[in-house]
Amino acid sequence: MKKARASLVADLRSAIGATNLRLLVMLGLMIVVLGFMEGDKLFGVAGLRSMAFQLPELGFLALAMMIPMLSGGIDLSIIATANFCALIMAYMFTSWLPETHGVAWGLFQVGALMVGLLMAAIVGLTNGFLIAYLRVPPMLATLGTMTAVKGLSIGFSHGDVISGFPEPVVFIGHGSVFGVPVALIVFFLVVIPLSIFIKHTPLGSAIAMIGSNERATQYSGIDTRRSVMWVYLLAALLSAIAGVIMMARFDSANAAYGESYLLVAILAAVLGGVNPLGGFGKVSGVILSLIILQILSTASILLDLSQFITLAMWGAILIIASGGIVLKERLTEHLRTSRNVSQLKKPRAKAPFEVRAD
Amino acid sequence: MHEVIKRFTRTHEFRLLLVIIVMAGLLAVFTPEFASLQNLVDVLSANAFIGIMSAGLLVVIITGGIDLSFAATASIAQYTALTVANHFGIGWTGIFAISISLGVVLGLINGVLMNTLRTSALIVTIATLNVFYGVLLTVTRGADIFSLPDWFNAGFELVFHTDAQGASLAINFQIIALFAAFLVTWLLLNRSNIGRQIYAFGGNPDAAQRVGFNVVRLNLLVYGYMGALAGVASLVQAQLVQSVSPTALVGRELDVVAAVVIGGASLNGGSGTVMGTILGLALIAILQNGLILLGVSSYWSLFNTGLVIIAAVVMMAMETKKRHKLVVQGVTS
Amino acid sequence: MHQPEPGGQITIDGHRVSHLTPVESTRLGVQVIYQDLSLFPNLTVAENISIGLHSGRVKAVDWRKIARVADEAMKRIGVALRPDDKVADISIAQRQLVAICRAMAADARLVIMDEPTSSLTRHEVDALLSLTLELKKRGITIVFVSHRLDEVLEIADRVTVMRDGVKLGTYSAKDMSDRKLATLMTGKEFNYECVAQDRPDTETVIDVRGLSREGDYEDIHFDVRRGEILGITGLLGSGRTELALSLFGMAPPDRGEIRVNGQVAKMRSNRDAIDLGIAYLSEDRLSLGLVLEQSIASNITMSVIEKLVNKAGLIRNDLFDSTVSHGINELTIKAGNPENKVKTLSGGNQQRVVLAKWLAINPKLLILDSPTVGVDISAKDGIYEVVRNLAARGIAVIMISDEIPEVYYHSHRVLVMRSGRLTGEFVPGRCSEDELKEAVNA
Repeated sequence: MKKARASLVADLRSAIGATNLRLLVMLGLMIVVLGFMEGDKLFGVAGLRSMAFQLPELGFLALAMMIPMLSGGIDLSIIATANFCALIMAYMFTSWLPETHGVAWGLFQVGALMVGLLMAAIVGLTNGFLIAYLRVPPMLATLGTMTAVKGLSIGFSHGDVISGFPEPVVFIGHGSVFGVPVALIVFFLVVIPLSIFIKHTPLGSAIAMIGSNERATQYSGIDTRRSVMWVYLLAALLSAIAGVIMMARFDSANAAYGESYLLVAILAAVLGGVNPLGGFGKVSGVILSLIILQILSTASILLDLSQFITLAMWGAILIIASGGIVLKERLTEHLRTSRNVSQLKKPRAKAPFEVRAD
Repeated sequence: MHEVIKRFTRTHEFRLLLVIIVMAGLLAVFTPEFASLQNLVDVLSANAFIGIMSAGLLVVIITGGIDLSFAATASIAQYTALTVANHFGIGWTGIFAISISLGVVLGLINGVLMNTLRTSALIVTIATLNVFYGVLLTVTRGADIFSLPDWFNAGFELVFHTDAQGASLAINFQIIALFAAFLVTWLLLNRSNIGRQIYAFGGNPDAAQRVGFNVVRLNLLVYGYMGALAGVASLVQAQLVQSVSPTALVGRELDVVAAVVIGGASLNGGSGTVMGTILGLALIAILQNGLILLGVSSYWSLFNTGLVIIAAVVMMAMETKKRHKLVVQGVTS
Repeated sequence: MHQPEPGGQITIDGHRVSHLTPVESTRLGVQVIYQDLSLFPNLTVAENISIGLHSGRVKAVDWRKIARVADEAMKRIGVALRPDDKVADISIAQRQLVAICRAMAADARLVIMDEPTSSLTRHEVDALLSLTLELKKRGITIVFVSHRLDEVLEIADRVTVMRDGVKLGTYSAKDMSDRKLATLMTGKEFNYECVAQDRPDTETVIDVRGLSREGDYEDIHFDVRRGEILGITGLLGSGRTELALSLFGMAPPDRGEIRVNGQVAKMRSNRDAIDLGIAYLSEDRLSLGLVLEQSIASNITMSVIEKLVNKAGLIRNDLFDSTVSHGINELTIKAGNPENKVKTLSGGNQQRVVLAKWLAINPKLLILDSPTVGVDISAKDGIYEVVRNLAARGIAVIMISDEIPEVYYHSHRVLVMRSGRLTGEFVPGRCSEDELKEAVNA
């Protein structure tokens, strides 16, 4: 019986991964503790809805950060890209949108969206080119594009806020279908194919291999430069979607929105089990970590804590999580060495030409 | 001597210096204000905060680490020191003592976590950034301090020379602190054995341990030093803007990283010089200042900075590639 | 660095010492020259040599003293390096000298050299060996750790053989031979026989004509047939690896042509080479051959992953699993679970994973660059057997190695490469191993 349970745990662990298991336990504990304190409000309809409205924007940014980190890189330009796209679209909506509601009106909005994504693609491909072909370290390349792209946004907008969007855009930020926020629907529409892409496509697995050892991957016949171009292109496109959602939720666009999200996106990805050195990471882990961060944030508002304490708690959780991993490693190492000592006492090999006792 | 000069002409610093000289020369010709003493003082004061931080960050980056929490550290140091100064007459020594020691303590927290967590420095300092910043904002409720002690607002300056019209040649608090930070960092890195240990540790951490350097202590020292300079920089900035805001500094971390990186320090550790960092800082400062003097809208200055960063990192990547090729050929031939 | 288990004892100059730290060992006159040399690439030659001066409490750096100590150390062993060069900019052999100078500067009386010759050319090895003998004459004790048996016998007075952490015995070097030593190390007798048969009379797979690449190799002609094993031997730096990379599409030649199955092949990248059925096993298994952190399964499938997909572009689990199990079975990889990381495997099994990866593409030509580097002596035989079986299946094999016996006993023909040129062709069985050795070292 005991054995069966042990194997069940092992099966569960291999099916969902050690990191996800840890996150699930953390999530479970939080739900129990916070449920006692603020259960009806936090997990009531209003609480869940407010969380569901807020989660997608950081969600997209965390995923945009995750893919480069999976490849052993990083993308510091995601926020700048998101704001840049939002500004371009906002400008088109407010200046050129036809007055009358009609087919042209609708098509124009789709067109504006496409232009925004195209701009993001250009930023992403620039990052990819700098990193894959000119061999600039990812952090430096994206630090440069981050500054330049934000500079472009400020240059064009003069730092002003652009607001006043047509209903469909507002709907993305504030509307819901059958009680589910549109932004969350968009999030899942993107997340599911993204998860399949990372786990089940050649390019997805190549990205993880590149994250662990780019040269060996190249020697095995994988076009690593093309793969890296894709990495930063995808990151930029995901940030563009985050930009649309931020724009829709705030009803405005600005060059400096959401800057504090940059480092939080890294935090969310790492907490979700993305290895900062590259090679490992799951979309499901990142989503779990996003849910944890979001619950903490909403709960601290409900408990009338300062909204800023959330930041401190997010940081502390990351330290505790990585501390836990180190502690576990130390413990297993300790166990292993003590086992080795007992093995060393009997010689493992004897002089040649002797009959071995065992 | 000839050999030394020849070596220097092949360095990243030399190329930066050339660019700066050309840029400064053109600006001096086209805008008379650029070469004025007043402009120089203004530019130096405005960039003192970033400059002092970059000196500290350089030391961290040479060990192969990075620190993104220093702006939060500076905010805490600044806020605490000047709140105390508003209630007790502690004077300059007092606020320096408070802000520096707070900076060191917060820096040491980073150092300890770095030694125990064994995860990347980026992640550790992003976590501590959030903790420090979150606690600061919670405690202060995000409120600014507008009235600072008069003696602090007055600042101090060293007057060298006063001419007949009463115009004086003086350097202010910001500039003194900026020069002191770079001087101390230069002494640490090039004139003390600890500095050489820092370079060695950044170049080959395993070997540093094998040679018998205490790398745990080096980590503590480096992040503590960064914290101390963050403490100094925070006072410099508060004196310049004559107020304290808990939210004003956080978000400028990457500007500091940019200055150090343009100065030629590698994020892999082991390389980077005080001279390079000064030049990297100067390049950004002169560019921004010059474009404004030339009448280019200040809205575009960030974009231009971005282009300079991209140009610098691409140039460095090319250099690494070439160097790598040379070494490979040198080995096989 | 590592503390031994309690119970043993170390005696230095008649004093028992416990808890040796690196600082303590240095004070007692013990210096270790690690296999990776443990130098600081970002510091100058002089500073690397005098690095000991930086230890201890906070103090000012005395740059003059550093230069003087470095100069004295270099003079003592009679080497001339430019003290202001950065170690990153000098050759591996020069770095080796820097490491020895560092030991000298620390007044070492016992120098432990761990695999000092592993990345040196033969010429440089000779220089190092004579320098080592010179040190010995001056009364410095040397522990020379190496797996190259001929070097050990050439230089040592006494040889201690270790296996799996256990000392098997200490023998006088005079009474030892390569063969005896190898037997001691592995615990089994080696009876090599040459392949010693004529090259198979099959169609030509690859035909190289007048291939040249500036600075690497010049005017290379050879061909390999189906089922043939062609050995190419030469010293480090003879251009052998560069030639292999050219055949694999990763270092385009300047002149000459490569014909694969009679067609002129223009390869722009290794992807083109792989499409032509050419596979390359790198000499640097740990950083170029494998992605150590990732699973055995993903390493095996890496070369063909783009072909294991369905129409939607998703990886087909059935094809993936069959590729993995096929590779594991065919090469008898001892892998508990294919999801384990490759780095958990032994050297021999790791090399089998690399081979499995390349067999998955159904290669026509397999280029093996030093296939048994870092593989246990006892596991080498297994690799050779795999290679012979592959050749028997009709794959053309090029085996590059600087270990003479490796190519002598396992190829149909051996080409000798020196300074970028092919200087001789030998048929094992019609010449002796020593003749081949002479041709390589000449």
